[in-house]
Amino acid sequence: MSTTNLEADEAPWVDGNALAGPLGEILGTDLTVAELTCAGCRTTRPLAAMRVFDRAPGLVARCPGCEDVVMRVVRTASRVLVDLRGALVLSLPVPTA
Amino acid sequence: MAVITRGFGGRRRDDTDLPPGQYRTDDFPVLSAGPTPRINLDQWELAVVTETGERSTWSWPEFTALPADEPTVDIHCVTHWSKFGTRWRGVSVDTLLADVESAAEYVVAHSYGGYTTNIPLEDLLDGQAWVAYEFDGEPLVPVHGGPARLLVPHLYFWKSAKWLRALELRLDDDPGFWETAGYHNYGDPWREQRYRAD
Repeated sequence: MSTTNLEADEAPWVDGNALAGPLGEILGTDLTVAELTCAGCRTTRPLAAMRVFDRAPGLVARCPGCEDVVMRVVRTASRVLVDLRGALVLSLPVPTA
Repeated sequence: MAVITRGFGGRRRDDTDLPPGQYRTDDFPVLSAGPTPRINLDQWELAVVTETGERSTWSWPEFTALPADEPTVDIHCVTHWSKFGTRWRGVSVDTLLADVESAAEYVVAHSYGGYTTNIPLEDLLDGQAWVAYEFDGEPLVPVHGGPARLLVPHLYFWKSAKWLRALELRLDDDPGFWETAGYHNYGDPWREQRYRAD
């Protein structure tokens, strides 16, 4: 299930699950179970709770609390860049064998 | 009703007018890296800040009283769409900088909402750039950058910062929001400068 906003006079966003595909593809792990700590308000939330502005030159994930950017993902011609300067911690569960 | 678009003499536009890798759209797609800021015009202010910290500011009535141009230009988004013959009204950056003393070579455009983008100063001068506040004869709506946005049509459109708040003149370059995330520092659509390595 995913959440979106679709008000005509507002920039659209989707929920953080939109990041799981592109990030999982390059990192090889399921990021729907990841948690991020926002560098702005220091609140830790699941990746899925982030608001992702995807109608842009890249994916821009913002904290739903303070609206600061926590992650940017840009696909260039040959690389995928993941900018995490807005996140203090990316937390993932230890994979079970 | 016949529509006469100034700026290209009635010549029918075709794909030869498109930079490489672009397609033509007649829509005006909304791209945004964050929520749309809502700025009351009585609180709106535009600033030019020099490298020595000197500030020139304009309130909304002061800004809209400045001499304005009505450029009709093609715009090119890095996400591959181009839109021909867009009609704007705005103040030339030449006008805003006319009385500003500076040795700067670079500019960082700052937006309400926190967005930034960097541009060489020479690309904003000599009638190449405006701070636009009308589109197609109407006040610029918030999703397209209103009350006022930068308009630098010869570069990819991410350089035309929406919701413009300040132009910071600098001696050194300081890459902005997309330029620090993999996009090209200059962004010339005719040389297809999309990404940092291009």
